[in-house]
Amino acid sequence: MNVRLNGKSISLPAEIDTVAELIRHYELENRIVIVEIDKNIIEKTLYAETELKEGSEIEMIHFVGGG
Amino acid sequence: MNERYSRQERFQPIGKKGQAGIRDAHILIVGAGALGAANAEMLVRAGVGRLTMIDRDYVEISNLHRQHLYSESDAIAKLPKTIAAEKRLKEINSEVIVESVVMDVNGQNIEEHVSGKTIIIDAVDNLETRLIVNDAATKHNIPFIVGACVSSYGLGFPMIPGNGPCLHCLIDHLPAQSETCDTVGVIGPIVQMVAAHQVTASLKFITGKSLPPILHSMDIWKNERAEIHVGMLKNPSCSSCGTDPVFPYLSLENQTKAEVLCGRNTVQIRAGAQRIFQLEDMGKRLAELSCEEIVQNQYLLSCRYDGYRIVLFKDGRALVHGTNDLYKARAVFQRITG
Repeated sequence: MNVRLNGKSISLPAEIDTVAELIRHYELENRIVIVEIDKNIIEKTLYAETELKEGSEIEMIHFVGGG
Repeated sequence: MNERYSRQERFQPIGKKGQAGIRDAHILIVGAGALGAANAEMLVRAGVGRLTMIDRDYVEISNLHRQHLYSESDAIAKLPKTIAAEKRLKEINSEVIVESVVMDVNGQNIEEHVSGKTIIIDAVDNLETRLIVNDAATKHNIPFIVGACVSSYGLGFPMIPGNGPCLHCLIDHLPAQSETCDTVGVIGPIVQMVAAHQVTASLKFITGKSLPPILHSMDIWKNERAEIHVGMLKNPSCSSCGTDPVFPYLSLENQTKAEVLCGRNTVQIRAGAQRIFQLEDMGKRLAELSCEEIVQNQYLLSCRYDGYRIVLFKDGRALVHGTNDLYKARAVFQRITG
């Protein structure tokens, strides 16, 4: 599937079709992550059931500790 | 006319009026590492009236590639960071009143340093301290300009009390661990980029511009950026900024606690509320940190790091063997857990 992630066009492996899988794909499952798809922030409880669509505009920001 | 700021005053959104506002500002920077040093230098050059910096650490040679205020002689002398910073900042701009505080920030000591400040700049190196400062900022109604970075990635968020979510609305629990510059490294350019955003946000606030609640991130190596308007994430019942706030991170029971175990040359550390170690992930992290003699069973994880033996229990507790020094033990604990 082709989506735009953080402003870049990317091609996701076929098995990545939910927000939860996207987060796992980027190894962010143990982090604090905020995900927005097509300008809507996705509630954390809905990550597993929220499906990605061809052409989705995804913004994904994870928190880090350092400074 | 003071020639010193003439080019900044000629920048129309600031002008002479804005410059006067900058001169009247008293800014607190919590942390004097990479982000702290970068923010401080830009703010002092921009002509803030007063700057206070708090930090618990001293300058080490491994800081110098990204912490621009410090020199080899500071590292050799093991100068506390804020002391070395004050010395350098006064050389850069003798008109600015610079105050340095050598202190390990916690929920009990932060408030006295927060009150009366125009803005607080986030330059801390861990999420727990960030949430402590967030609570103090919301309680005292002071903007908290959040910034963080590791590797080539960074983020920023202007937390303006009463105008959108606070950091606690966005971070509802402390993650089991997070990346730090000890595990994945960090490069100088991302520090400057995050700090540039923080200083810009500060100058905008001081000159009366609005700062919408936009969380933004950037990866300077991958050339990626993201922006999310997080206004809808304001939690009306947030315990830090909601209708009935209790400022949980300013109270003792939610903070990482350290105590010396008498006669054992050991410090026990209990992580703050809602923190549980996932031992398998933590084991991988310890290996990345070049910990030695890693032993793991279903209850605990043990390793040797930086001369200490550290035992991490699943319930968020740790024993740091080889010291009676609470400060040192906490520092080692935070380096390991992030």
